[in-house]
This record gives sequence, C-alpha cells and structure tokens, in this order.
Amino acid sequence: MSSSCRRPEHMAPPEVVSERFQHSRMIEIQTQMSERAVELLSLPEDQPCYLLDVGCGSGLSGDYLSEAGHYWVGVDISTAMLDVALQRDVEGDLLLGDMGEGLPFRPGMFDGCISISALQWLCNADKKTHSPPKRLYRFFSTLYSSLARGARAVFQIYPENSEQLELITAQAMKAGFTGGMVVDYPNSSKAKKFFLCLFAGVSGVLPKGLCSESTDRGVSNQAQFTAQRSRFKNMKGKSVKKSKDWIMEKKERRRRQGKDVRADTKYTARHRKPRF
Amino acid sequence: MKLLTHNMLTSHVKGVTKGYPLIIKATEVKVNELEFNAQFVSRMIPKLEWSALIQAAEWLGQSQDLPSALIPDYENDEEFLRKVHRILLEVEVIEGCLQCPESGREFPISKGVPNMLLNEGE
Repeated sequence: MSSSCRRPEHMAPPEVVSERFQHSRMIEIQTQMSERAVELLSLPEDQPCYLLDVGCGSGLSGDYLSEAGHYWVGVDISTAMLDVALQRDVEGDLLLGDMGEGLPFRPGMFDGCISISALQWLCNADKKTHSPPKRLYRFFSTLYSSLARGARAVFQIYPENSEQLELITAQAMKAGFTGGMVVDYPNSSKAKKFFLCLFAGVSGVLPKGLCSESTDRGVSNQAQFTAQRSRFKNMKGKSVKKSKDWIMEKKERRRRQGKDVRADTKYTARHRKPRF
Repeated sequence: MKLLTHNMLTSHVKGVTKGYPLIIKATEVKVNELEFNAQFVSRMIPKLEWSALIQAAEWLGQSQDLPSALIPDYENDEEFLRKVHRILLEVEVIEGCLQCPESGREFPISKGVPNMLLNEGE
C-alpha cells in the first residue's frame, strides 16, 4: 500500500472493503510478501506442512503456500473475498470467521501461521461492543493454542503508529508468544515492510531484516519486544520532518532526480548539537 | 469443507467445554481427486482424532473399510495411506451444517465454506 492510499480499515469494516485490492500491482506485492512470510516461518525443508492463513482473502497468499507444497486452512471475515477464492479454485480449505472471536481449532494442530495485511483490522473497533485489546488477546491466545509447539506465526503488517504496534505486541506477549518485529529495507519508504514474527512455545532467534546495498549497515533493522525504538510516520503517512527517515528519503529522491548527493555514511542524519 | 479440517474444528463459543467433534449434517457431498502425498498423510495421522474421523466418514457414508482403530505400522502401508488421503482430502462437504455436541448450536456450511461467525455474547 503506497502512502497515498488511505488506510482501508478506517474507511469501512473488512467485510465491505474488499474487491479494490485486486489489480495486478497489488497482486504482485501480496505474492512477494507471502513469499517472505513463508521464508520467515523457517519450516523444515522439503516437508509438506499444515498451515493457517489468517485473513486469507481471495487466496493469493494461499496459492503461494500451495505452490510451496503445503496444505492450508484459510480464515476470512469477508464472504465476498472468500467467493473470489472459491472461484479461483484455491486448494486450501476456507472458513468464514472473525479472528477477533478466536480461532475454532483444537490444540497443537498447525505447523505455522501466516497473515498478510490482516492484523491491523483487529485494532479498529467496527462495532460499539468491540474492544480491540480483548479481540487481539482472544485471537492471539487461541492462535497460540492452535499452533504446534515450536511453530511460528508471521504477520505482515502496516503499523499505523507505535501505539498500535505496542497494543499488538502486548497482547501477543500476554498470550504467551515470544518474538519480535523484523523490518525489511528500513531506510526505503517504499520498500519498507514489517513482519511480526511470533514463536509458540520455544524461543527462537529472530531472523534478520533485509537491507539494500547502499543503506547504512550500522542501523539496526530488528526490534525485539522489549528494546523497541521505532521511528514511525505521522498520521499523514509522511516521515516526521528532519528525522533520519526524512533525510534518507530526501537524499534518495534527489538521487533519483539525478542530482549530486553525498554518499551515506555512519554520520548521515546524525543528530548535531544546537550550535552547529 | 474437507474432513481434515473438520477433524480440527471445535466450537469456540464462550462457556462451551465439549465443542468437539462437531456433528456433520450434510446435504451435499462431493468427492474430488487430489494428488496423493504419502509424507503429508503420514505426518498428519498422529495429529488426528481417529475416532472422530471414522465417525465423520460414517455420517457421510464414506467409511468404506477404514479400520475403527489405527493400525500400528501405517507409515509403510501405502494402501492404508491412500484410503486415509481419500477420506481426509478428497471428500468435501459442500452444503449442510455442523452442530455443536454440547449446545446444539449450528454452524451452516455453504459452497463448502463453514460459517463460524459468532453472535453477540457468544
């Protein structure tokens, strides 16, 4: 989703906002994110696994799972999206359900879980009776029990702000998960992607985020739950002015314009003292 | 809905303790063909509630000489694995409903998709 798109979860409940995300660029992005999510699942090689796809929608991510040789169950709240999935003849089994009501599975069944661009829907109360923290907790606690010991859950999300992220991670931790955020391409506003990686039952090593060649390798692109310091965009979707993100974006913009720009070093966007 | 999924599903209504296995009332059942993967079937067998699977197969009239208890050396019995593959992945409930054994609450199945949405207060 580029920063010019408004956030769909602010426009209407998920059952309504659905079919706009069908054009080819979106499909390409969804497939790439599914690929990365499966990579982060670190499943045993050459073994068909039984996976859960939360917010499976029209089955784009599910198709990728099938192609990788896995079997999957998809859950989505939108009948319209599931109808598209049925038309597309996806191989996974589909369920119509609301993840905020909890997952209806008995314990320890799934080898892993992925979710592409779905978790943020839980953070908005569409109905008066909805309490986002309660729904998040009900979801995470039932997910924790549905996963086999040692399994992972990977969520690709677009965090709106750090409060939302804290809300999500707090409920996940309360449900028993360990893990953290993996950020790919942290210095590129366009390519930057967030993956929440959760471990069920066994603490794992958090995978490293991807970076492009020219970025400053001194910048950490992992964030554990406890030592998190993230620089998020403000409500308009733009980086806070004069922040490191803003400076890096401006330099990239000028490079694309063909202007002469100094190379990035460890001093780039370093905070200067006032008298500078 | 495939019987593999049915074997995993319980009622997640608040307060229900014995929401498994859900009783299948099917009005339309389809049998598809799906590529057989012995490794996957072998791996899934220990996760299954075998008696629930047999019962589900009986409700659908598909029990077709599946043993009522698991045979010990199933990993190497290809014929057995194929039978399990068929019942888990090839038999699909298209229309019908799932009924909670404790409360009687029904979850409808339409176009092969069970509706697990809860009502207010559940």
